[in-house]
Amino acid sequence: MTRQLALPFLLAALSLPALADSYSLPKNVAFEEECTSCHIAYPPQMLDARSWQHMMNGLANHFGTDASIDDRRRTAIADFLARNSGGRKTGRTVDAKGNPLLRITETARFERKHRDVTAATWKRASIKSPANCAACHAQAAAGDYSERSISIPK
Amino acid sequence: MMRSTPFMETDMRHISILAALLIAAGGAHAESPRDFLTRFEKEAGAAASPERGARFFTTKQSGEWSCASCHTDKPTQVGRHAKTDKAITALAPVANAERFTDAAKVDKWFRRNCNDTLSRLCTAQEKADVMGWLLSLK
Repeated sequence: MTRQLALPFLLAALSLPALADSYSLPKNVAFEEECTSCHIAYPPQMLDARSWQHMMNGLANHFGTDASIDDRRRTAIADFLARNSGGRKTGRTVDAKGNPLLRITETARFERKHRDVTAATWKRASIKSPANCAACHAQAAAGDYSERSISIPK
Repeated sequence: MMRSTPFMETDMRHISILAALLIAAGGAHAESPRDFLTRFEKEAGAAASPERGARFFTTKQSGEWSCASCHTDKPTQVGRHAKTDKAITALAPVANAERFTDAAKVDKWFRRNCNDTLSRLCTAQEKADVMGWLLSLK
């Protein structure tokens, strides 16, 4: 009896960290001012250090837009991202050619978490793109991606 | 007590010099939207044309986006980033007192956004025209 009960409990316990989809956003003025002008503060934990490093070295063409900033701030933000990066927690961190992934939406963790979302849903006018976290995760700007604050718009 | 007086006077003098410097430095940094219009017109060597600025702002130049793609064609309103959908506070000074008050920010955003919409930097005349139009909005 005890053993029969133990297994589900053990599985439930193991799955807890995966359910805790909240990220603490460490305070950083440069990060907030520069990185949140055009998009929400994507948690530094969502990519590994090497990905952030490549991102910060290519701001003049940041996913098709010029996001260049002055060097002093760039260095400060790069250090901040490296310190708070996700390490191996993001799952796969390189593409098929071995280059660091720059899109959080291409990480193994993101794909696993969103495998039930259909292509049609992503394309809804109210969502626009998988990078628009706040469309469904109401508290995304605060780092809260938990199940209870998800509401998929029509 | 007697001995402290000369020191205090020196301190006071230093403090007033420091205060004067701080006020001067503060004055040099806090800019107004009009200052940018003046600066761009001076650089262009010609007056701004708000009409030309409006056309420039609301029509696509050589890129996928125009200024209005994110700032809307009524920049007294809140805009939305064309790609991420994030809200962008109103650009027109009449609707947003924080706009065009910091030279570093103004230069940064003209550089980046001109690159995105024109694949080049804007000319002083283009910037003067846009400033002229934004300042004419009520």
